[in-house]
Amino acid sequence: MIETLAAFMIKEVRHILRDRQTLTILLLMPLVQVVLFGYALRSDVRDVRLAIVDPSPDYASLALSQRFEAAKRFRIVAVAPSMGAIEPLFKRGQVDVAVSFDPEFAAHLESHEPAHVLIAVDASDPNTGSTMQTYARAVIMAYEQELGANHPQAVQIVPQVRMRFNPTLESVNLFVPGLIALVLTLVSALMTAISLSREKERGTLEILLVSPLRPWQIIIGKVLPYLGLAFANVLTALLAAWLIFHVPFRGSITLLLVESIIYSMVSLGLGVLVASLTSTQRVAMLVALLATMLPSTLLSGMVFPLASMPGILQLLSNIVPAHWFIVIARGIMLKGVGLEHLWRETLVLVGMTLFFMIAAVKSFKARVA
Amino acid sequence: MTAPNPAPAELAIVAHNLTRRFGQFTAVDHITFDVKVGEVFGFLGANGAGKTTAIKMLTGLLAPTEGDAKVAGLDLKTETEQIRRRIGYMSQRFSLYEDLTVLENIALYGGIYGLTSPQIAERSSVMLEKLGLEDDLVGKLPLGWKQKLAFSVALLHEPAVVFLDEPTGGVDPITRRQFWEMIYSAAERGTTVFVTTHYMDEAEYCDRISIMVDGRIATMGSPVELKQKWNVPSIDELFVRLARSG
Repeated sequence: MIETLAAFMIKEVRHILRDRQTLTILLLMPLVQVVLFGYALRSDVRDVRLAIVDPSPDYASLALSQRFEAAKRFRIVAVAPSMGAIEPLFKRGQVDVAVSFDPEFAAHLESHEPAHVLIAVDASDPNTGSTMQTYARAVIMAYEQELGANHPQAVQIVPQVRMRFNPTLESVNLFVPGLIALVLTLVSALMTAISLSREKERGTLEILLVSPLRPWQIIIGKVLPYLGLAFANVLTALLAAWLIFHVPFRGSITLLLVESIIYSMVSLGLGVLVASLTSTQRVAMLVALLATMLPSTLLSGMVFPLASMPGILQLLSNIVPAHWFIVIARGIMLKGVGLEHLWRETLVLVGMTLFFMIAAVKSFKARVA
Repeated sequence: MTAPNPAPAELAIVAHNLTRRFGQFTAVDHITFDVKVGEVFGFLGANGAGKTTAIKMLTGLLAPTEGDAKVAGLDLKTETEQIRRRIGYMSQRFSLYEDLTVLENIALYGGIYGLTSPQIAERSSVMLEKLGLEDDLVGKLPLGWKQKLAFSVALLHEPAVVFLDEPTGGVDPITRRQFWEMIYSAAERGTTVFVTTHYMDEAEYCDRISIMVDGRIATMGSPVELKQKWNVPSIDELFVRLARSG
């Protein structure tokens, strides 16, 4: 029994090791993903190109401009007397934000009248736009408070924006748990689906089913080597996140690794199920991509916050395994909580693992019967 | 009716009213036949006549809708596990792993069938020597060699019965000839060979043949007997006549 399984697993490991190209891609993928996502897909914005529109510079408008210049996120690329001069820059995308002062900015401030500042933002990307707007407001607010300390009456009412938990808006912290989920899904579900449907397509599966190997042994033999690969990927992703982006690690590493294994099993089960329901590698690959990658990126809360989705999608996100894993991984990494807070999510994942594994074995048997 | 004691020792396969339906369609319709130990039994039929379905039932890949069968003296329904250890199978499609070497493939199937490492080592070296093969990636071998290797691997665990589903498809005549020599030598060693084929000249090499038409066995016997009975010069002609009438 064990020898039979061992012989099968050795063969699987040989397949994986022999296909050097795929193996290299799979091993490097987490690193590339962390770096790419970490740098490219952040919703916090750096290097905002700012234009200052100051029709009649006075001490207050100059002081505020200086605050912008001092703020690390902003870089002043143009100073003009009127909005009209800025407009072409805007249109060409050479300016992200323009701050335009009232002609009598300082005078208004002194006379305790509302002094107006217009923040114009290139909102062609709405997320980035609103973020940049928030940054600009923050700079202006800070200056206002500074003034308010000297002129108590001059305090004006400004809508207040507070950023909790992530005061620097480090979105990479939020992405890394999602990335781990994505990489695990890709390796586990996609690779098993491909590898199993390849056996089907080439006719080797028939030979295996005629042999004394049982369906569950074929599944275990397929799944375990990829579990090893997935584990290596988690370690790479974590290491890259920690070394390159200094993502905090507040909770138990062991717990996170165990949860990663559970999550991989869910994806592996899903991959096996996909392979046994489809008949060619190509279809299996497409179905695996659609069934895992899309929900894992879109409906898991990895990139887009679930709270801002319509109710039906929020409901749907409950059946996406990545959603639960991301809650767990964020909890462990960013909040440092343990199983006492995450046992429900963990149970959901364990339940999903059982469901997919049993469904996979069943669908296998259905073909034999 | 189904006594626990195995079928008479001289019978390797006993099929009784074996039937398989897919919805309304009856792929295999109450076929009854037996194959003696050490016999080379040719299972002929046009495409879609039900050959592959029958082979799938006998190898445990498909459950029969009706009827029963014994393979290697074991009941198809109740002793499937034991049957799997006692049979070998080579499908229409080439079924070794091309990205593994010859020895790695042998080690895999040896392991699956529960051979010990010394057994595997010994049988592999015998096999390589017999076939005149070097240990190389299977994908690099010419098709004829692949088929011969696949057949040898199907015999690795010395099964009582080996099922060959169109084993010589796409192979050149010389290799086909060598392949049939391998089939004879396996039969001489006591392995029963159940083989389907499209080549009617190969049918003449069999000890006995059956011809399936539309899910039923239209006729069965030794090639010589059949040619006399139907008064035809060749099995080819008999085949065409039966296939047309059906």
